Amino acid sequence: MRWTRRTIYEAGAGYQASTGTIEMSLLEVRNLTVSFDTPEGEVHAVNGIDFSLEPGETLAVVGESGSGKSQTALSLLGLLAENGRAVGEARYRGRDLLSMTATELNEIRGEQIAMIFQDPMTSLNPYMSIEQQMLEVLYRHRRMKKAEARERAVEMLRQVQIPDPEQRIRQYPHEYSGGMQQRVMIAMGLLCEPDLLIADEPTTALDVTVQHQISRLMRHLRTNSNTAILLITHDLGVVAGLCDKVLVMYAGQVMEFGSVEDIFYRPQHPYTRGLLRSVPRLDRGDESGMHAIPGNPPNLLELPAGCPFRDRCESAFESCVQMPPLEQLPGGGLKRCHLEAADE
Amino acid sequence: MLKYSLRRLLWAVPTLVLLITLAFFMMRVAPGGPFDSEKSLPPEIEANLNAKYHLDEPLVQQYFRYLGQILHLDFGPSFSYKDWTVNELIADGFPVSLTIGSLAMLLAFFAGTSIGTLAALRQNTAVDYGAMGTAMIGISIPNFVVAPLLILLVAVYAGWLPAGGWDWSWQRMVLPVITLALPMIAYIARLMRGSMIEVLHSNFIRTARAKGLPETTVIRRHALKPALLPVISFMGPATAGLITGSVVIERIFAIPGIGSYFVQGAMNRDYTLVMGVVVFYGILIILFNFLVDLIYAWFNPRIRYEDHG
Amino acid sequence: MPGSIRAFGTKTMADNPALESANDAFAQALEQPEVQGRSLWQDAWHRLLKNRAAVVSGTLLLILLLLVIFGPMLSPYDFDYTDWDNIYHAPSLANGHVFGTDAVGRDLFVRTLVGGRISLLVGLVATLVSLLIGVTYGAVAGYFGGRLDQTMMRLVDIFYAMPFMFLVILLMVVFGRHIVLIFVAIGAVNWLDMARIVRGQTLSLKNTDYVEAAKVCGVKPAAIIRRHILPNLLGVVMVYVTLTIPQVILVESFLSFLGLGVQEPMTSWGALVNDGAQDMESAPWMLVFPALFLTVTLYCLNYIGDGLRDALDPKDHL
Repeated sequence: MRWTRRTIYEAGAGYQASTGTIEMSLLEVRNLTVSFDTPEGEVHAVNGIDFSLEPGETLAVVGESGSGKSQTALSLLGLLAENGRAVGEARYRGRDLLSMTATELNEIRGEQIAMIFQDPMTSLNPYMSIEQQMLEVLYRHRRMKKAEARERAVEMLRQVQIPDPEQRIRQYPHEYSGGMQQRVMIAMGLLCEPDLLIADEPTTALDVTVQHQISRLMRHLRTNSNTAILLITHDLGVVAGLCDKVLVMYAGQVMEFGSVEDIFYRPQHPYTRGLLRSVPRLDRGDESGMHAIPGNPPNLLELPAGCPFRDRCESAFESCVQMPPLEQLPGGGLKRCHLEAADE
Repeated sequence: MLKYSLRRLLWAVPTLVLLITLAFFMMRVAPGGPFDSEKSLPPEIEANLNAKYHLDEPLVQQYFRYLGQILHLDFGPSFSYKDWTVNELIADGFPVSLTIGSLAMLLAFFAGTSIGTLAALRQNTAVDYGAMGTAMIGISIPNFVVAPLLILLVAVYAGWLPAGGWDWSWQRMVLPVITLALPMIAYIARLMRGSMIEVLHSNFIRTARAKGLPETTVIRRHALKPALLPVISFMGPATAGLITGSVVIERIFAIPGIGSYFVQGAMNRDYTLVMGVVVFYGILIILFNFLVDLIYAWFNPRIRYEDHG
Repeated sequence: MPGSIRAFGTKTMADNPALESANDAFAQALEQPEVQGRSLWQDAWHRLLKNRAAVVSGTLLLILLLLVIFGPMLSPYDFDYTDWDNIYHAPSLANGHVFGTDAVGRDLFVRTLVGGRISLLVGLVATLVSLLIGVTYGAVAGYFGGRLDQTMMRLVDIFYAMPFMFLVILLMVVFGRHIVLIFVAIGAVNWLDMARIVRGQTLSLKNTDYVEAAKVCGVKPAAIIRRHILPNLLGVVMVYVTLTIPQVILVESFLSFLGLGVQEPMTSWGALVNDGAQDMESAPWMLVFPALFLTVTLYCLNYIGDGLRDALDPKDHL
């Protein structure tokens, strides 16, 4: 398998960025807020988060459902539902995605930033063949002729290990299995060799063995191409071995941020520890090692003041009625908790 | 695909048989025969008439005779139009009814889907509310109210178009076609709006947008086909409504179509004519439903490939 | 919670017939829709009140209904009284013919309202007939499922393909124009949609946890349908009834328009429109008033049906 390299110019830009010659991240999100107007009132899905992503880097955004992680991802490409609104900044190569016109955004979507979704079954158009759906991306962004585009699409399908791609490309989504559909989604996203791939829960709707295939495919992508990945997931198990950094979200806020080693081996926030305990682990063997965090995420219609996690937190104390600030950790990480740094 | 079509077509057989049976027995258990109005008929002449139309045979025998006739697409002689067979009457009226019906259907389909799409794309704006409010009026006002009002305004007061009659000129087609199409336009517009809104919220539209396709392409290439599916399956039942409507329209605009003959036949207790028309319409509706099924399947790859699996 | 009900039922009580009635009561007590039902209906009511079109339609319809019921009592004329001095009289306040008179001098105000009684009555009764047939048919097919369901639904499919309007016309031609026949004919023809909808709902309801719980507890099918399925169909059925009434009124007026509906001197909106259409050039009021009443009624009913559907199924509201 082979991931095509980016052009020298763009690779150069990435090199400069990563060495710090030019102070510009691939993606820089500042104070991002996402809210929805509903008949019941304004729902605050994301409440001012910051993060950045360097070229070729892989960042995981984890949290339970309703933590705002998916809305964060959707807001970057202007894919929020009609009643949704994103405020703040999301600079991609210095240009703010949130303030772009539809035309400007369409030049970037699918070309420089691609996105794959949670449910491949419904995310592929059931009324169009795989070929039609893949080729239109190349027509749109690469102005390719049909034969050339087809060759490219077949090549991508081969890379994601779709058997007999020349034939199968003519088929319709329902003739593919769930895992193959997701691989098609990934192949479709990578057609234009994007700089950033946003993967919104790419493994959630799939069964366990297929989850592993997709994770493996994404790991391969990470090591063999310069594509940065923003992985949205509730499953910390997928994160290990795939991501460089982890952002833990809860109730639309950043709870903790750190390198994947820090998050897994030195989690600072009680919420992160709760998430880690809820990951099923083979090495512990027994079922008792697996704990879901008790309770439910708070109502986003009326967020309580103070730490949003305090009602479910095992270590909550008086100070938690005040919202804890996001504080810098010695290792470069961040956490939002009043508790003193946990000892090893 | 072939197997699918054949299966659908086979289902038409019991439908038709049931329809013919119902119509036949309903007519025959009716109190009073077709010649009752001519009360002064001498008994021997009436017996002759009955023998001529096989009314003296046992009911079951008459039934099978009629079934056999219909198999040969022969609806027999008309009771009230003395020198005509029902086939001739249908052949006489059908081209007219078909012309009006198909024009109305085409108009309804294109106008309805366009208005519905527009309303969906401008959801919850004045355009949407205006279109849907008008559509509701279209559904609520019966044909036979719209027709006289249109005649009154356009033909009588303004004098732009003729009030009725038929000579195959477009001027005489405009009002009947519009009147016939109006409720269907309204219905299709509402249907199309709903399905378009639903499709636009589906995940694969989000994917299409994420590919960077312009919104017009997203709608044309990705949303239009699935949004049309409910409209297409509505076209089957809509035919029945259209035919019913045509009865009224032909009566009001004095158009010599099948509907006129039907109403006339119903008034005169013309058994063979009424039954012939009902069966003919039944066949027509079944055929059209079949056609709609085929178009639906052709639109929907999941059905199209059903047989391959 | 539902899981625990089922487990409880299976392990301890299912096979003991003596406990059957107790179990039934138990399943009913734990049944969620009872509790949820109240707030669901309240929610729906609030949503309906927020729907301006539905509220306006409802008010208008109520006024119309009162007018139709009590209006004729206020007029000095009877619906079949012929005022020979005032034939084709235009609407005037002076002689009390506020909507004018028809070809034989009958007062159109009273006739329109009396015709409205017939039209609304037909709408209501025929809808009830179709409701009775449709709900029973659909609930039985949906609940028992399997081959019975398949056969029953095939039958509905076959009926669907029929030109029913023509069969109704046939019925009217053959058996004469009796008003009871109109009720039955229209009702018997209109149950198909209802049967389909109810069947679909029943099918999804019967797999819910509380129905499973009742089944496991040994409650008999008839009791389950009556106590657990039917109450939960109420919403769908209500919406459908509101949307069927205008359809039925339309069918009746269509028949009357063709001269196959109610007979003179009794009248209905369809019959009045038919009369009016014939004389519309000389006496347009004969067409305008009945047409207006008919249209406004249908319009309001359709809007209320729409509003109810939106209120009971808030899916589209987000």
